[in-house]
Amino acid sequence: MTNEECKKAVLDIIADIAPDEDLSNVKPHVRLRDQLQLDSMDFLDIVMELRKRHGIEVPEADYLRLASLDSCAEYLTPKFNALAAKS
Amino acid sequence: MNLPRIVITGVGLTAPNGDSLPEFRRNLLAGVAGIGWVEVRYMGRLLAGACLYDALKYQKRKEVRVGTRAGSISIWCANQAIEDSGLPFGAFPKDRVGIYIGCTEHGNVETENEIYAISKFNYDTKYWSHYHNPRTVANNPAGEASLNLGVTGPAYTIGAACAAGNLGLIHASQMLRLGEVDLAICGGVSESIHTFGIFAGFKSQGALATHEIPSKASRPFDRARNGIVVSEGGCLYTLERMDDALARGARIYAEIAGYGVNSDASDYVLPNPVRQAECIRKSIAHAGLRPADIHIVNTHATATLLGDIQECEAIRAVFGEGCPDTFVNNTKSFIGHCMGAAGALELAGNLPSFDDLTVHATINVDDLDPACALPGLVLNVPAKARRIDTILNNSFGMLGINSTLIVKRFVA
Repeated sequence: MTNEECKKAVLDIIADIAPDEDLSNVKPHVRLRDQLQLDSMDFLDIVMELRKRHGIEVPEADYLRLASLDSCAEYLTPKFNALAAKS
Repeated sequence: MNLPRIVITGVGLTAPNGDSLPEFRRNLLAGVAGIGWVEVRYMGRLLAGACLYDALKYQKRKEVRVGTRAGSISIWCANQAIEDSGLPFGAFPKDRVGIYIGCTEHGNVETENEIYAISKFNYDTKYWSHYHNPRTVANNPAGEASLNLGVTGPAYTIGAACAAGNLGLIHASQMLRLGEVDLAICGGVSESIHTFGIFAGFKSQGALATHEIPSKASRPFDRARNGIVVSEGGCLYTLERMDDALARGARIYAEIAGYGVNSDASDYVLPNPVRQAECIRKSIAHAGLRPADIHIVNTHATATLLGDIQECEAIRAVFGEGCPDTFVNNTKSFIGHCMGAAGALELAGNLPSFDDLTVHATINVDDLDPACALPGLVLNVPAKARRIDTILNNSFGMLGINSTLIVKRFVA
């Protein structure tokens, strides 16, 4: 999985948990909370959906790594690829 | 003791056959039922009354996703009632508003959904939603309405099984009389058609209606009745003290005349006609009336074999044969049993009778059960009345909770 594919996977999740948001112009380097109406429960939703859809665990200590699309890609892409290598 | 008089100034509702009072009333007079087929988890296609209100009128899509159906129904009804009341709600002190919502149950839907969701993950509870607790707390429907409306006064639910809709209004009247709030948003809601447990429970009890034609399934007082049609719905009112309502020139639908609440203390599910009659008498005495002064008795009857007969026994004991101006009807024959919303919705369906002097019928009575042949029972077509000044509304529930509410034509 590439970083761009990883960002798309995250955006797909956000599209479901925040269906009122316009995701057509999300800036990858800007914190998601600074450009979208997302609260702490929504971030827990992102964590839950990563677990449910992709089998990826994000420990609480790493929640801050999900702050922006860029940081998501940096943190999650290796996890996606490690899972793919296992399967 | 001179207590403030309490009046109804706004109505917001969603029923299986209408999303506003005019639409609901139109269908009640035209004999239009609102029962159809729904898919119920584990059970398949069942009869139920579903509502079609536009949730996105007052909620964002995310709020609908995160919240509950009962919360959404509450939000719809509360906003509709406020708009109907003509209140300048934006400027109204929100700490002086109370929200009192009756519920038969809450949390079954959300708990069943979560258990079903984790069943896909070998019942591993790490997949259990973090929304489960805010969705299932008993105050959820009122709490969601308070969030939506910015109400900072008391907002909570009243659990009283299927007597709860009336209890919402009764409790609100009491809070207004005590001066605890200046505006009450009150009534009842139900999301019960989204839980298989309610259907399965009634089925195991032998009390779930079946019929090949959905609109004919809910048939109180008919010999061929065979149980309850479960429905969702909601009805919330704005209640105010009369002086406040008059001061702002509000349209007044009716005045709260009296009420009675008691308990059977005799069985988990079987009704007790002696206690029901006591409850009805208590409400009439509280209103300072005599049985002959009641012009419409809106029955609770749910179309169970025994329950209908027992309520008729209670009504007969109170009204006997000496009340020629008393009509009797039933709204569940159109909309099924809206559980916690039933009392509030069924009262609303009759309120326009003060203006049109018409009593909506009990439909689907093709063969009247002689045990239910009450004097004044309005069967299949609406009846015209000489006068309608009072409406008595029965709502009874499991564990023997009984509530009777009387409203009267408003005369300043």
